[in-house]
Amino acid sequence: MSAVITTVDPTTPLVDTGRRARGRRNVTLTVGLGLFGLIVLCAVCAPLLTGQDPIKQDLNSAFLGPGSAGHLLGTDELGRDVLARLLYGARVDLRVGVLAVISPFIIGSLVGLVAGWFGGWVDAIIGRIVDMVIAFPFLVLVIALVFAMGPGTTSIYTAITLVGWVAYCRIVRGQVLVAKEQEYAMAAKASGLPTWRILLRHLLPNVILQAIIFSMSDIVLTLLAIVTLGYLGLGVPPPTPDWGSMIQEGQQFILTKWYMSTIPGLAIVITGLALALIADGIVEKANQ
Amino acid sequence: MTPPLLEVRDLHVEIPMPYGRLHAVRGVSLSVDTAESVGLVGESGSGKSLTLRALLGLLPRPARIVSGAILIDGEDVTGLPAKRLKRRLADTMSMVFQDSLTALNPVMRVGDQIAEAPQRRLGASRGEAKAIAVDLMTEVGIADPERRYRLYPHELSGGMRQRICIAIALSTKPRLILADEPTTALDVTIQAQVLGVLARLRQEEHVGLLLVSHDLAVVGQACSRLYVMYAGRVVASGDLVDLVTAPRHPYTFSLLRSVPDPDRRVARLLSIQGQPPDLAETITGCSFAVRCPFAEDACRDWEPELLPAGPARLSACRRIDTADRWTAMVAEEVSP
Amino acid sequence: MRYLVYILKRLVALIPVLIGISLIVFFLIRLIPGDPAATLLGSHATPETVHELRTQLGLTQPVWRQYLTFLGHLLHGNLGYSYVYSSSVVDLITTSLPVTLWLLVSGTVFTLLIAVPLAVLAAARRNGIADNVIRAVPVVGLGLPSFWLGIILILVFGLKLHWFPVAGYGTSLTEHLRGIVLPGITVALALSPILIRSLRASMIEVLSSDYIVTAHSKGISTSRVVLGHALRNAAVSSVTVLGVNIAYLTGTTLVVERVFSLPGIGQQMINSILGRDFPTVQGITLTFAIMVVVVNLLTDLTHAALDPRVKLS
Repeated sequence: MSAVITTVDPTTPLVDTGRRARGRRNVTLTVGLGLFGLIVLCAVCAPLLTGQDPIKQDLNSAFLGPGSAGHLLGTDELGRDVLARLLYGARVDLRVGVLAVISPFIIGSLVGLVAGWFGGWVDAIIGRIVDMVIAFPFLVLVIALVFAMGPGTTSIYTAITLVGWVAYCRIVRGQVLVAKEQEYAMAAKASGLPTWRILLRHLLPNVILQAIIFSMSDIVLTLLAIVTLGYLGLGVPPPTPDWGSMIQEGQQFILTKWYMSTIPGLAIVITGLALALIADGIVEKANQ
Repeated sequence: MTPPLLEVRDLHVEIPMPYGRLHAVRGVSLSVDTAESVGLVGESGSGKSLTLRALLGLLPRPARIVSGAILIDGEDVTGLPAKRLKRRLADTMSMVFQDSLTALNPVMRVGDQIAEAPQRRLGASRGEAKAIAVDLMTEVGIADPERRYRLYPHELSGGMRQRICIAIALSTKPRLILADEPTTALDVTIQAQVLGVLARLRQEEHVGLLLVSHDLAVVGQACSRLYVMYAGRVVASGDLVDLVTAPRHPYTFSLLRSVPDPDRRVARLLSIQGQPPDLAETITGCSFAVRCPFAEDACRDWEPELLPAGPARLSACRRIDTADRWTAMVAEEVSP
Repeated sequence: MRYLVYILKRLVALIPVLIGISLIVFFLIRLIPGDPAATLLGSHATPETVHELRTQLGLTQPVWRQYLTFLGHLLHGNLGYSYVYSSSVVDLITTSLPVTLWLLVSGTVFTLLIAVPLAVLAAARRNGIADNVIRAVPVVGLGLPSFWLGIILILVFGLKLHWFPVAGYGTSLTEHLRGIVLPGITVALALSPILIRSLRASMIEVLSSDYIVTAHSKGISTSRVVLGHALRNAAVSSVTVLGVNIAYLTGTTLVVERVFSLPGIGQQMINSILGRDFPTVQGITLTFAIMVVVVNLLTDLTHAALDPRVKLS
C-alpha cells in the first residue's frame, strides 16, 4: 500500500490555497463530504428508495432496459432489478470498504508507534516484516490470502488487514522519529510516566494526522480492491449484490446491454471521487 | 558622442501580492559604457537584484516590469516582440548569480553547461562547442579543464563553481556581465580571485561589469563608478573615489560607516538605525528621512529627485549643501 | 566500474527480502483452514487422495523441515507440480510471464506518453486552464476501477470502432502489438494520475530554481530550458515515485489480463484459484513478488544513473 502514500502529496492540494484569500470555506472538503453523505444516505435508505428485491430472479423480465416500468435502471440477465442491486451493493461495498480500513489503521499505527519509539532491534524486526509485505503487489497478496483462507467477508477483512497495516506503520514510524526529538516527548519521558501512557496520550495525538489523511485515500483503494475481488469472482459470495460482480456479469452482454456494466462502474467512480475530494480537503485543511 | 552600451530609464518593477502590490523598483535610471565596471549598492530589499534581473527579462514570478525603457547602444529594445527581446538582451548581457551551487544544473556536467549556448545559439558543432567550453574554462583560470569538463557541480569547490558560472556567462560572448553578489558565498581569498577574473576580462576582452552587492568592500575592489539604491530608488551616483571620500547622500554616508573599519572605530556609531520602509505602501517625502541622522522636518515633505552634486555626480538629498559638515560632525563625536 | 560495484551491493542487499518473500509464500498454505489437503481437494476426495496430497505438500513433516524443503526446491527452480494442468509450475509461469512483462512495459510506456506532456504543460502554465483541468485528473483517477475502464475501452474502441481486437493476444507479432494497446492504456490510466501529480509538483519546484534562470540567461529557447534542464531534474525525483507505483500496480496487470483475456501470469493465477490449484497460485504469487523486487532494483539503478549526486559507495 506504501505506493499510494505518494498520491497524498500534502504540498499540492487540489485547490491552490496560496492564491485564495484566507478564511474561505474549504470547498473541496464540503463537496466531498456532501457527495459521500448522499451516497451513504442512498445506501442506508435502500429499502425506501426501491421496492424491488435485489436478489429476486424473474427470468420473464430479464434484460429490461433502463426506464422500464418498475425498473428505473432496467434488469440484468436473471431479471433482477439493477437499481436495487446498485443500492444494496453500496451497502455491502461501503461497509466492507470502511470497516476494512479500521483494523489496518489501528494495528499499523500502534506497531509504527512502537517501532519508532523503541528503535533498535524492535524496529529492525518490524522493518524486516514490513519489507517482506511490501515486496508483494497489494492486490496479488490480498487475492492469494483470500484464496488460502477461503471466500467470505471475514477472509477479505483479514487479508486486507494483513497487507494494509504496513502503510500506516511506515507513516506513523516516520512521524514518531521526528516527534520523539521534540521537547514535549522528552519532557514526558523525563517525567517517569509509564511508557504506554507517553505513547498513547502524548505521542499518538501528535503523529496520527498523516495516518488519518492517508486513511481517506486508503478507503478508496480498499473499495477498489473489494470491487476488484468481486469482479474476479473472489469477493463477497453471490447472490449478495456487489458492484464488482455486477460489472463482471454485465461484461458478457456489454455490446447490447451496456448499462449493466456502466452503471455500477459509474457508482464506483463517483464514490471514489467523493472520497478523493475528502482526502484532498483534509490535506488542504491540515496545511492551513 | 557614442551612446552608452546599456541605458535604463525610469524602470518600475512591481510584485503582485495577495493584499496589494509591492512596488519594489521605483524609477531606476542608470547607464553602463562599453568595458566599464559599475557597482549597484544597497541593503537587501532595496530592489538592486530585481533591477538586475529585469535587465535580462529574468524576473522571478510574479514580479513584472510595469514601465521603463532599456536601451542598448542607444536603441530602445523594450518594444521588441518577446522572443526577439530575449535574444537581443541575451546577446548583449549575461548573468552570474550569488549561489553557484543552485545556479548550476545539478544533473548536467559543468562543461556541457558551458558548451550549451555555443552549440544551441551560436551554431557550433558538438566538438567545436566543447573546444570553446574548454577554452573558456582556461580563460576563467580553471586548471586541467579537460578533466573538470566532465565533473558535476557538487564535485567542485565554491570558487571553482563560480568560475564555471562566469565561463557560462562568457559562453554567449556578452559585452556586459551582470553579477548579483557573485562573491558573497565565498571566503575572502577566493572572493579576490573571482573578482580578479572579472577585472581581467574587462581589461583584456572589454567585457563590462554591472555588479550588485551590499558589500562596499567588494564593489570598491571591482568598480570605478557606483549607483547607490535605497527603497527601490537610486539615491546617489558617481565616481567610486568621489563617493567614498566625500559622500553626498546621508545613506551613502551611513553605508560607508557601516563597513567595519578597524582604524576609525566609527562603525557602531552610525551603523544604520531602523528598518527600510515597506515597499507595499506609498511613500511620501524622502524615504530615508526616518533613519537619517541629518534629517529635518522639511525632508519628510520633500519629493526626492536626483540633483547634481559635483562633476558627474547625482544625489537625491535636499541637504547636499551641508554634506561637508557631516564628516566633521561625526569626526567630532568619535574623537576621543 | 563504480556503478557495477553499486549494482552488486544492491543485489546482495536483496537476499533478506527474498528470504522474507519465500517465508510469506510458504506460510500461505498454513492459512488454509482445517486440513489444507482436504480443503483443497473438496468434499468428493477419498481419504487416500487426501493422504497422497498431504504427503505431496509435505504436510506430514514438522514446519521447519517443510520450509527447508520448500526453500531447497526453490533454489533448484522447482515450484512444484500443477495437478490441474499436469505440468510443472515453472513451465506454466515461463510460458505466461512474457505476456505480463510485455503488458507491464507497454503500460509504462503509455504512462510516460500520457503523464509527461500533461505534467509539463500543467507546470509550465501554472494556474492556467490546462493546469486546473490536469490537477483534477489525479482526484478523479484515484477511484477509477481499471477493470471497468478496460471494459469501457473494449466497448468503444473494440466493439464500436473496431480499431483494436476485443480480447486475446493473437499469435503473430503484429497481433501482439495490436492486442497490447488497449490493455497497456488501461494500465497507464491507472498509473498516470500518480505520475502526473508527482511530476507536476517537482517540475514546479525545479522551474523556480536558480539554474533554470541561468539556463534562461543563456538565451536558449524556452522549450530547451523546460525539456533539457527542468524535465531532467524533475525526472530524478519522479522516477522513484514511478518505480514504486509500477511495483504497486503490478497487481493491476492481473485484473487487466482478466478483462482482456491475455494469457499472462495474472490470468493464470485467477484460473488456478478457481481450479484450486494451490502450487500454481503459490508459484505465481512468488513470481509477482520477484517482479516487484526487480522493478524496485531497476528504479534505484535508474535513479542512480540519472542523479550524479547519488553516492554509489
